[in-house]
Amino acid sequence: MNAIGYVAVAGQVMAVVIGAPLLTGWMRQVRARLEGRAGPGPLQPWRDVRKLLRKEPITPVGTGPAFRAAPALLVATTVVAAALVPLLSTDTPVSAHADLIVVVALIALGTLALALAGLDTGTAFGGMGASREMTVASLVEPTLLLSVFALSIPAGTTNIPAIVSSAAHAPARLASPAGLLAIAALAVAILAETGRIPVDNPSTHLELTMIHEAMVLEYAGPDLALVELGAQMRLTLLLGLLSSLFAPWGIATSASWAALAVALALLAAKVLLLGAVLAAAEVFWAKVRLFRVPELLAGSFLLALLAVTASYFLNGAA
Amino acid sequence: MGLLRRIRTAGRVAEPAPPRPDEQVPQKARQLAGSAQVRCVDAGSCNGCEIEIAAAFNPVYDAERYGARLVASPRHADVALVTGPVTRNMAEPLRRTVAAMGEPRLVVAVGDCAIDCGEFAGGHGVEGAVADVVPVDLTVPGCPPEPAAIVAALRRVTGR
Repeated sequence: MNAIGYVAVAGQVMAVVIGAPLLTGWMRQVRARLEGRAGPGPLQPWRDVRKLLRKEPITPVGTGPAFRAAPALLVATTVVAAALVPLLSTDTPVSAHADLIVVVALIALGTLALALAGLDTGTAFGGMGASREMTVASLVEPTLLLSVFALSIPAGTTNIPAIVSSAAHAPARLASPAGLLAIAALAVAILAETGRIPVDNPSTHLELTMIHEAMVLEYAGPDLALVELGAQMRLTLLLGLLSSLFAPWGIATSASWAALAVALALLAAKVLLLGAVLAAAEVFWAKVRLFRVPELLAGSFLLALLAVTASYFLNGAA
Repeated sequence: MGLLRRIRTAGRVAEPAPPRPDEQVPQKARQLAGSAQVRCVDAGSCNGCEIEIAAAFNPVYDAERYGARLVASPRHADVALVTGPVTRNMAEPLRRTVAAMGEPRLVVAVGDCAIDCGEFAGGHGVEGAVADVVPVDLTVPGCPPEPAAIVAALRRVTGR
């Protein structure tokens, strides 16, 4: 039983690490096809990472430990979060520690490390990107917490595997007003946290409109490979978390090899579907002006607050 | 909804990929193995070449399908596309841009002006051709070069 649990944790980490560049490649390919392009194929991000790892490492003059530690810290926090979040199984040796607050704090730690690295470069765009990222993060983290709280109230715990397994046994709960409001709030928060349109444009070349890209302008070679891999892993992890919380079907709730294999196939299908929907939506949306971003995020926070309120009152009545 | 209909009726606008250029792949480009991040440097061009570079990355020519991608920082780049005769004011920024790129790096001189100053040879503000300022690995002749020629040069770099 224990062996299966450890395999499930290793499987979650491997799925996020190996799957992240493939998800990004898949999303770029979907987008390219909708734009009438041929597209470079879903393996292109892996080629980029391989090339970057072979390139010469560069440490810009005047940068300190914050700049050097950030890429490793970003990937490490995401790996730990991927081990904790119930992507494949809710019954793992670490599931007792997979508290909601721990996971959100790990994600915030990665964001903070990158923002400090942006400040450490001492360039105008690095500082600007860091300041914008912290503005967005300060609005996003409470929304992430609150929207999952809405689901944790009926489950009676903030332990994510417990929330997921209780939702898997009572799926009607997800279609309640609280569940639907929480989905909308969490989806907007994830778009902002991973720097996608409409909050940030990951493929922009204009420094003045950048948020995430502006902080990493000075990275090169293997460090850049880690930063890009980390950003892709965060997207995969958060889309996986979204699918686990709101479509928990197929996640292994007991220790069995067959359940684990089914869970892996369903996780891949769910995340690829979410990625395709996100990529298609990005073709139709434009980036909102930076000064409108707080309005969007305040709106999503409000939805999360309503979700918690609805969850509390509707459950109290029942 | 209008956009959705346009997407459906337009379908695929990318032209079929021409055969891979058979000129030799530069030695340094082999290490890139199918992925090249590109940084454009306008060293004093009339912007004719810039229009053609933009066209090379549009959906019709779609240079991205061969693994080339435009990036915002020379630190992220493997290839510098340099256009125009190098003016006195751009000589030092060009040297610094190329120095900021990690090895292996390639410099591609795009257009006649970048190769031999073209129309602007002998002008009082002109420092020289690109090769007089930084080492050049590939050249794309033409005034301006066709997008297909720029794509062919990028394919020699990515090897796809």
